[in-house]
Amino acid sequence: MKRFFRGAFICMMLLLVYLPILILAVYSFTTSANIGAIHDFSFQNYVTLFTKPELSNMILGTVILAVVSAAISTILGTTGAIGAFYSKRVSAGIVGAMNQVPVVNADVVTGFAICILLIVVLGVDKSTYIPLIAGHVVLGSPFVYLAVVPKLKQMDSSLYEAAMDLGASPAQALMKAVIPQIMPGIVSGFALALTLSLDDYFITTYTKPATFDTISTYVVNATKGSQTEIKTALWALSTLIFLIVILVVIMINLTERNKKDGRKGAAK
Amino acid sequence: MKGIHFTRKQLCIPYALFLICFVIAPLFVIIYYAFTNGEGRFTVANLTGFFSSPNTIGTLAYSFGIAIVTTGVCLFAAYPIAYILARSNMKKKHAVVMMFVLPMWINFTLRITALKEILTLLEGNLAYHPFLNSVIGMTYDFLPFMILPIYTTLMNLDNSLLEAANDLGAGSIQTFFKVTLPLSVPGIVSGIVMVFLPSMTNYVVLDMLYNSTYIMGSLIGSYFSAYDWHNGSMIALILLLIILVFTLLTNRFEDETSNGRGGALL
Repeated sequence: MKRFFRGAFICMMLLLVYLPILILAVYSFTTSANIGAIHDFSFQNYVTLFTKPELSNMILGTVILAVVSAAISTILGTTGAIGAFYSKRVSAGIVGAMNQVPVVNADVVTGFAICILLIVVLGVDKSTYIPLIAGHVVLGSPFVYLAVVPKLKQMDSSLYEAAMDLGASPAQALMKAVIPQIMPGIVSGFALALTLSLDDYFITTYTKPATFDTISTYVVNATKGSQTEIKTALWALSTLIFLIVILVVIMINLTERNKKDGRKGAAK
Repeated sequence: MKGIHFTRKQLCIPYALFLICFVIAPLFVIIYYAFTNGEGRFTVANLTGFFSSPNTIGTLAYSFGIAIVTTGVCLFAAYPIAYILARSNMKKKHAVVMMFVLPMWINFTLRITALKEILTLLEGNLAYHPFLNSVIGMTYDFLPFMILPIYTTLMNLDNSLLEAANDLGAGSIQTFFKVTLPLSVPGIVSGIVMVFLPSMTNYVVLDMLYNSTYIMGSLIGSYFSAYDWHNGSMIALILLLIILVFTLLTNRFEDETSNGRGGALL
């Protein structure tokens, strides 16, 4: 009986979490402009999503921004973590403390502060995208750093020494002996930076060029307007993202299972 | 690779410089702007203005109100979920936890859009319950941040302590309040930190659900739109101080199982 109630509670909570997304998904395939009576089945919202230039540009812009800023974040965060790992305690501590600032800070404050420094004080033109990318790198790189540090602590440091003894230059030893060992941390750091950039609203609003929009800023502006066509096309976008997320999660699970099976096979 | 001479330590330099330029320097600029006026002269008018105006004090109070209620609701919803999942002997419980986290990968503005449609259907007009809607919206947005750290702490709980309590004659309710709950405090504190601060500042949730009352974040947004960098910086500085106090207060309770949003997302 107790178990039944516990299971029912979990199912109910999951239902609450997924209900809005699923209802929106159903209605995205209809001609309805509001949740309520279903009229006709239609792909119109999906057609609008990909044919209306402002929508497709906004999606493309969001993705490019996320990939570029996550790539820069990964390079900076990883080199920073490696450097700090081999540095003296004091300097590593300083880098670690500075790294923690954007992590605990509210995004509103981070975005506003970058805007004041770059745009107001230094007069950097917003349309160069420099403030926007800098802001997104500030958002992402600390999490790359945090994802890489534990991998550095776990790695076998004698491999680096061995590579050096065998005649590798420091750069070669780093690339061949250190990077492969911390690769899982780098990959999850990159994924994290990507997600944070895709989800960001505040840093983007304070630093973006006037004509550029990401999904977040676009959706917020669209909810203030009253264009039904745009509103329902965004339902389609939400459904598409949901499907992509599910696919990615399934794929990650499958590859991990394969890896585990592979390892078991090798052990035999 | 010849010609490049660097030691491993020096790899740190680009990142350290980046942090100094884009994280530390902006904070100093905020402090400078908060205590100057349009002519660049030193002033405390922005500070006294904030604390003497009923509007801004009201905003501060409303932010705390929303944040406290949201954090409470999240905690009371998340603890049972985390507890049931951590204690269950289900094989696939990690998959269920994943299911609670999965919506976080959908852009939060789109999730709030979905929620808004449902709430509109249920309430007819969103304007009737602005506070309630905002709390629902924020809970919907931040719940995984509360579930994960509590779940992680409960999973790491030493089972022999529970058995010991049982052997010594404690009932299951007594065991929960004397052993499980106190030992899960680090997870609870991590969760509170991750929910409380965003609920004070994420004004987009309020905007999208037609709650026109300001929270601290909205003040920064409106000063930004009005090009009022000095008052905006003062609000940012006050938020920074709140965050600093909060971090110092909670630091000693937290363990290393979670590092903020990162711990929740991966």
